[in-house]
Amino acid sequence: MPSLGTSFGRGGATTAQQDLANSDAILIMGSSMAENHPVGFQWVMEARKRGATIIHVDPRFTRTSAMADIWVPMRSGSDIVFLGGLIRYVLESGKEFREYVKHYTNAATILREDMKLPDELEGVFSGWDEETSKYSPETWLYQGEPEKSDAVRPGHAQAGGGHGKDRGGEAGDLHKHDSDPTLQHPRCAFNVLRRHFARYTPELVESVCGVPKEQFLKVAEIFSNASGPEKTGAICYAVGWTQHSTGVQIIRAACILQLLLGNIGRPGGGVLALRGHASIQGSTDIPTLYDILPGYSPMPFWESDADTLEQYINRHSSNAGWWSNFDKYIVSLLKAWYGDQAKKENDFGFDWLPRVTGDHSELGYWMDMMDGKMEGLFVMGQNPAVGAANGRLQRKALSKLKWLVVREFVETETASFWYDSPEIERGELKPEDIATEIFFFPAASHVEKEGSFTNTQRLIQLHQKAIDPPADCRSETWFMYHLGRRMKAKAKAGLHPRNAGLNALTWDYPTQGPHAEPVVDAVVCEINGYKTANRELVRDYTELQADGSTACGCWIYSGIHPQPGMNLANSRKPKDYLGHGWGYAWPSDRRILYNRASARPDGKPWSERKKLVWWDENKRAWTGHDVPDFKKDTPPDYRPAQEAKGMEAIAGDMPFIMHPDGVGWLWVSSGLKDGPLPTHYEPLEPVVPNALYPKRPFNPTAEKMERPENPYGFPCDKRFPHVLTTYRLTEHHTAGGMSRTLSHLAELQPEFFCEISPEMAEEFGIVHGGYATIISPRGIIEARALVTPRMRPFAVQGRRVYEVGLPYHWGSRGITTGDSANDLLALNEEPNVRIMETKALACFIRSGRRPRGEAALDELKAKMRESA
Amino acid sequence: MSTVTGFLTDSTLCIGCKACEVACKEWNDLGADGLNWSGFSYDNTGALGHSTWRHVKFVEHPPELGHGGNSPELASWTFSSDVCKHCENAGCLEACPTGSIVRTEFGTVYVQPDICNGCSYCVVACPFGVIQRNKEDGRAFKCTFCYDRQRAGRTPACAHACPTESIKFGPLDELRAEAGRRIEDLHSKGMHDATLYDPVDTSVGGIHAFFITRGDPRQYNLPPQPEIPTIYAKQGWKSAALGAGMLAVGTFLAFLGGGKR
Repeated sequence: MPSLGTSFGRGGATTAQQDLANSDAILIMGSSMAENHPVGFQWVMEARKRGATIIHVDPRFTRTSAMADIWVPMRSGSDIVFLGGLIRYVLESGKEFREYVKHYTNAATILREDMKLPDELEGVFSGWDEETSKYSPETWLYQGEPEKSDAVRPGHAQAGGGHGKDRGGEAGDLHKHDSDPTLQHPRCAFNVLRRHFARYTPELVESVCGVPKEQFLKVAEIFSNASGPEKTGAICYAVGWTQHSTGVQIIRAACILQLLLGNIGRPGGGVLALRGHASIQGSTDIPTLYDILPGYSPMPFWESDADTLEQYINRHSSNAGWWSNFDKYIVSLLKAWYGDQAKKENDFGFDWLPRVTGDHSELGYWMDMMDGKMEGLFVMGQNPAVGAANGRLQRKALSKLKWLVVREFVETETASFWYDSPEIERGELKPEDIATEIFFFPAASHVEKEGSFTNTQRLIQLHQKAIDPPADCRSETWFMYHLGRRMKAKAKAGLHPRNAGLNALTWDYPTQGPHAEPVVDAVVCEINGYKTANRELVRDYTELQADGSTACGCWIYSGIHPQPGMNLANSRKPKDYLGHGWGYAWPSDRRILYNRASARPDGKPWSERKKLVWWDENKRAWTGHDVPDFKKDTPPDYRPAQEAKGMEAIAGDMPFIMHPDGVGWLWVSSGLKDGPLPTHYEPLEPVVPNALYPKRPFNPTAEKMERPENPYGFPCDKRFPHVLTTYRLTEHHTAGGMSRTLSHLAELQPEFFCEISPEMAEEFGIVHGGYATIISPRGIIEARALVTPRMRPFAVQGRRVYEVGLPYHWGSRGITTGDSANDLLALNEEPNVRIMETKALACFIRSGRRPRGEAALDELKAKMRESA
Repeated sequence: MSTVTGFLTDSTLCIGCKACEVACKEWNDLGADGLNWSGFSYDNTGALGHSTWRHVKFVEHPPELGHGGNSPELASWTFSSDVCKHCENAGCLEACPTGSIVRTEFGTVYVQPDICNGCSYCVVACPFGVIQRNKEDGRAFKCTFCYDRQRAGRTPACAHACPTESIKFGPLDELRAEAGRRIEDLHSKGMHDATLYDPVDTSVGGIHAFFITRGDPRQYNLPPQPEIPTIYAKQGWKSAALGAGMLAVGTFLAFLGGGKR
């Protein structure tokens, strides 16, 4: 989540779901929280009970809208215009929380003179290189900030992903810069913001989003009123924002809005990133991603990081702020992984870490697979044949593998692609031609194994094993441990130099039981960290050292197991409303991040009603209802000396301690690949022109990955005139492996359907309950038609735009089967996190079932051309 | 004496997640109803039946711009989890000839499956159409109010699973009081169409699972004037007695007349 990372310092939700109960207004956008996070939604209901106004902005009237006070339908893919409109409204009506903005954001920071905004350059910021389709971000820096040489500054040019930037922008000496605390300077970030968003008027919102002006103004007024010393408002979003080609910038817009309204670090405020799966937050904290190491340390890149540990540390640590401790975290990680083999003389084994050489993101490697560059694949807890974009490409790519391992508790479409898939049905693939060797491993379910979930709000919760897994089913822990053990045994015998790292790797967890199940507690202890001399557990990450005397598997989790037998993720006695005593939230069990901002610069609460953390003059310490997210004994009036470094360089009134300048970033000078401010582009398959920059229909930095198997329509392609959006239903779980196979869930939503408006149904002759065929440049599927006034057409730039809603749970296996909505999607990459666009594409719809056979398909194609 | 317990199902708090429906089926080991896409909103299990003891009803009205479902002016999409009402005067219990249906120590109405003979009298006697015969084994089934869980001091599965406290479980008196407060609260927020469904003035004499809904209760399968069939029994017996009496008198008169001939 580089958007949250660059804006505030950490790539995680800033608040806890429980705290939503304290909000005066909650804006839910890019999410159907009631449907996809029903348990957490109880806190929204609690807020509603206490008098908060719940606002849902969504193209569809969903079960979340049904619980909201206000529902405003907005065309999919126009989020930045809506949020930009809110930002403009706040700035133009002087509704920003002035004191907060002045002290706690970089509003006063003066930007460089050679910086240009998209309005001046027809849709791109300064630094744009048309040839490489990339930015060089020098002009986005603060005025007066010492420039680092290219050799030291982490580049934007590499193929790498952006998750490394979850940590809050890139290294720098940002604390040294020019500023104007009066906010008068024309180039201070505040005035640049005002200039940039000047065009995002209510009229623009109306014509681009299809939201009538009055409705927009109603939302703007209500949400901006939830601001100031006495009030706060929260924003909840989910993948309805993330999965856009401008996803990171959509979230950035929300961050800017919340900083302007003073809603970060305060009770009832925040940006709540609702994660899509049980432990997705955990899977970036201790990552399954290719471009970061545990605790949001960047994965070393070939060329830029191929050299020594010292250079790598210099590049990625920071002179001021928390990341000045980077060396301690990376060395402790290397010690945890390589044990005694990690010595100062060999850079603690830094060279054993693989280097990123290209786009090894999920989308990148499917392309590699398609090109036959990959031999094998492990699929665990995922069903890409149904759940991933462009299903046809995914399934065909699988057929090019030499071997495939699927670990599941049912045989999913990913395991069965070779004999049961649309490609087999159409004759594009033949079982006898597929050479992929497929290993299907039975997996234990969550009640059959011990482990933990790290949820949406960074809360780590341990779950015990209730029953033994049946037969050959095993836990992931078991599988990974024994796989590693066997690989190490093989590596020992092999003479390849590449085995050195594997040979050095510590892989000695104790096991128990008849199947030699690894002891989870031992893994948690390693994650927590220990002193290498005596394996004594460290209290938390402040004890970590850069000299090899400590080891720690993930520094942000350090403190989770401070003593033997004391796994705090297993805590089960909540003692306050924030849930302290239940589970463990990283970092340091802080439930609301940046909570120093809940007090005024002088350390007193902004108001009695919204007090959370404050300075206790008697105790000379920060105290309150949450664990202070600040150096406990740094008084509010502390001012750093000119040459101060690390945390010493952060003044006593700077709440965003991860940032070198200690403030929240309205303007992101480095760390994002598509600009320092959000700006509107249409989706990669736009159905209307970009009203702001006609020359730039879509995000110029996004990668379309266009190829014959992944084709696109033209911008405003008349063959595909409607907006297509995909989503989930409460009744099913993602790609359906865990729900389509269970009768009690399958019967609740027993068939694949599309949701369309009565107006659309009438115009295209689609009958409620009948079939509709939906077509994109990638695929063709059929679904039952659910015609409902909960869907409605949008008036956009003088034309009527229809939306087709598709839940994406179905595939060819299980009790309820159906076509996969994801077969229509394209594989493409948002530039920062390399996620695909699933929420706004272009499609064609017609009544009836999909054509079967070559001739019928050709006939349909001809008809589409004709109608276009 | 155990406390008399009840359900308060508050549809204004229901998010339509169907967790109650699934939790009920899981706990009570009920079968699936089959895969029937209804096209009726998101409701594909239709109604209560022998294998569905909690059922979430989806009521759709065309939404209006700017109005969420919690808007006082318009309840556009509402959900309500239906369940056996456990009537004060239960039609099914009164109709049951075998004594299979009993009232428990919690004041709830319980079908003892080992005694039920499948006569179906209860099915026609229920004013809410709740109880249904399982065609496979012939016996009648409905919500047990989780008698087994209650005996063990636990909350019924549906209320336990509900994430938004839309289904509340507790002592009947307390729930009634809470329902009253909740209605007042909703009215004070401008939702004057919110009502408590608890037919105390009919022969049902009140129910142990009552509902807060918005708008006409009929759209939630809640009849405005539910009556138990036995109220017609008195009249029925009266008519029968009258008929028998008249028959006797007629016969007697006929004999009298015959004597004269």
